[in-house]
Amino acid sequence: MVPLSTADTVVELKGITKRFPGIVANDSISLQLKRGEIHALLGENGAGKSTLMNILFGLYQPDEGQIFVRGEPVTIDSPNKAFDLGIGMVHQHFKLVQPFTVTENIILGLEPSKGLNIDYKSAHARVAKLSEQYGLKIDPKARIENISVGMQQRVEILKTLYRGADILIFDEPTAVLTPQEIHELIEIFRGLVAEGKSIILITHKLKEIMEIADTVTIIRRGKVIDTLKVAETNPKELAEKMVGRGVSFRTEKKEAQPGPVVLDVKDVTCLGGKGLPVLNGISLQVRAGEIVGIAGVDGNGQSELIEALTGLRSIQSGSVTLKGKDITNEKPRRISEAGLSLIPEDRHKHGLVLDFTMSENMVLETYFHPEFSKGIFLNYDAIDKYAERLIQEFDVRTPSIYNKARSLSGGNQQKAIIAREIDKDPELLIAAQPTRGLDVGAIEFVHKRLIEQRDHGKAVLLVSFELDEILNVADRIAVIYEGQIVGEVLPKDTNDQELGLMMAGSKRMQGGEARG
Amino acid sequence: MGKLLRWIGSDSFVVSLVAILLGLICGAIIMLIGGYNPIVAYIALFQKIFGSPYDIGETIREITPLILTGLSVAFAFRTGLFNIGAEGQFLIGMTGATFVGVKLSGLPWIVHAPLAVIVGALAGGLWGALAGWLKASRGVNEVITTIMLNWIGLFLSNYIVASFLLQPGQQRSYMIQDTASMSLPWLAAAFGNARLHWGTVVALLAAVVFYIILWRTKLGYELRAVGHNPHAAQYAGMNVNRRMVTAMFTAGIFAGLAGVFEVLGVFHYQTVMAASPGYGFDGIAVSLLGMNNPFGVVLGAALFGGLTYGSAGMSFGADVPPEIIRIVIGSVIFFVATQGIVRYVLLPFYKRRGKEVAKA
Repeated sequence: MVPLSTADTVVELKGITKRFPGIVANDSISLQLKRGEIHALLGENGAGKSTLMNILFGLYQPDEGQIFVRGEPVTIDSPNKAFDLGIGMVHQHFKLVQPFTVTENIILGLEPSKGLNIDYKSAHARVAKLSEQYGLKIDPKARIENISVGMQQRVEILKTLYRGADILIFDEPTAVLTPQEIHELIEIFRGLVAEGKSIILITHKLKEIMEIADTVTIIRRGKVIDTLKVAETNPKELAEKMVGRGVSFRTEKKEAQPGPVVLDVKDVTCLGGKGLPVLNGISLQVRAGEIVGIAGVDGNGQSELIEALTGLRSIQSGSVTLKGKDITNEKPRRISEAGLSLIPEDRHKHGLVLDFTMSENMVLETYFHPEFSKGIFLNYDAIDKYAERLIQEFDVRTPSIYNKARSLSGGNQQKAIIAREIDKDPELLIAAQPTRGLDVGAIEFVHKRLIEQRDHGKAVLLVSFELDEILNVADRIAVIYEGQIVGEVLPKDTNDQELGLMMAGSKRMQGGEARG
Repeated sequence: MGKLLRWIGSDSFVVSLVAILLGLICGAIIMLIGGYNPIVAYIALFQKIFGSPYDIGETIREITPLILTGLSVAFAFRTGLFNIGAEGQFLIGMTGATFVGVKLSGLPWIVHAPLAVIVGALAGGLWGALAGWLKASRGVNEVITTIMLNWIGLFLSNYIVASFLLQPGQQRSYMIQDTASMSLPWLAAAFGNARLHWGTVVALLAAVVFYIILWRTKLGYELRAVGHNPHAAQYAGMNVNRRMVTAMFTAGIFAGLAGVFEVLGVFHYQTVMAASPGYGFDGIAVSLLGMNNPFGVVLGAALFGGLTYGSAGMSFGADVPPEIIRIVIGSVIFFVATQGIVRYVLLPFYKRRGKEVAKA
């Protein structure tokens, strides 16, 4: 442990304990945040990071323990109180009004007024000044719906600064950003710290911690495992302390043995809501026994491609063939029965019926198969037995198969979806952002399963915004930009810099053309 | 049986019971303010419900259509749709049954009566399906369409009765043929000639069918999936639009049956109505009272129907005006619907119980 002086400590948590029915979310946690420090909070999903920060932000009350802000003992019973104490939080999911301008979003609730009107002029000026001071480069008059995700995050940062925060909590800030945007965010962090702000960074990405944090506190199962100086540690040590066992970073896999073409996408064009093409003559092949990774910045046609392949979006021109069978514009169920499985990007919206039991969720696509039904009735005995087996096999941690999917942690929900999709034994498995929001241990599990599927001679299409994931897992990488594949590269021949440039549309490789 | 006992001891049962009590207390306060004696009024209420075999029979008569319209609203709600149109489906179902009941003759009872029931039920079902189809094909919100269809249903029914079925010199249709009657004369005789009919049996069966469809069949699995999360249902390859139509069709059948038995079992004719009878709207409240559970709906209908029928006793026996009685019913529903408030009232009791457990 590092000896900590209390002279310039801005926040101190002492012995914070928070119990929920049946679980101790925070078990006597102590933590010190110093002025001008970036303090990372590292832990697996469900380790208690968010609970702790929600206590600091006034959303929960601790059962035991005391919070000191600038040496004074305080009770934070609402987010407003937190604001008064200069604590601001940037949530993972932004809380912005889409049709409003940047300034309107920032002043929401604190509108400066001139008579009965809102004084936009001075508001714009103040926002612009703050933006300049911290190098955020934001146009105060831009509408939220017209600016990128990275910019939206900066608006959230400005919102806290506008309210006078000097202690900023970031909850998984890089989850939605491109590599370039992450670099810029890191620069912003440095600027904030230079101005004397203190930052608490919740994350489970070791790379970021190594790059910017000064101190890291590792939490496992609600307890502080250790607090370390980042300069004196390494990613391996951090990962082991976080998970509680050894972890391998490089995904172990054999050389791919590509077989015949399983998925053949030819010149597919789809139109979006405004009649503009969202897929613009996209072509792509996936062979048996290989994992093809689709790299790209969010919003370049990934979701639309998946929808077109699974029959959820109508294809204007071009064709999709699965194992020699034309599935262009087929119904989703036909395509699913033809041997396509999907691990959807948004597991809550598309992957699970949260108010169904785990058992019911396991047969969401197969309940009508003869083994699960008798005439018009469902065979619940068979379904329960099947669910029981999958949950065992894929190590889904749930008290029972009769618990609602809603009650499980994100990682276990994802495991359940993966169990269901892989057990269908598909010819092609599409995995969209399969590790989003998961911790190191769960990510390892997901990657292993994808590679296993490949080694069984099946085709896998991996769509991810995480370059590391694509580089690690895929056997071949296709970069998508504005609804087209702008290049294909092999992971061993490239790096994240080159991929980042291709993803931004500034570099086109000829590899994609070579096939034709 | 053990399941039943556990349910009676369960949280939601206690909360419902307390909600009803709070509603009655609230009603009592309002009666006091209005200068009426609540104790006399409530005694009159219970006397009216349980006072004589005739009253018991008529209370059951009052409850029956509420079970069916309550099931209609609850079924749609379980599949993610808000069926405000039970009223219209009720009227169209009623009209279908009247038409078959009056116009066809010379059939034996065993053919005629069931035929009238089936035609009425299907008419109600199609009326509901219309709203489902509009939502599925055109994306029109079912709340709007069902409200509109209520009005269209009311005037269409009146038009059909006035143009094709009207008894000269009356504001009502001809009496239905005796072979179409669904009354239970022998049972009615035992209940002092209360208007008892087969509809009560059908309503209770409908609750069981409701349960079986939703929780035992493939169709019900799909309906519930669509109701909870249409996106996931679509991703899983279910035909979300078709299921919306199915759901509204089934809901319409339930509501239609309610109307069918009002004609075939209770009145034996249909009047030209100035306004809707309101069973469909009350069905919304009943479904809420029953928390969209089929057996809850039966209990909710019993409460609602009992209070409605018994309220006549309050105005006769205690001279309470019917407006105050509607306030009492309204406050009971209010407390059942706002369970948060009830739980807040119960909080001290729960805390004490928790402490006792901790000590032990």
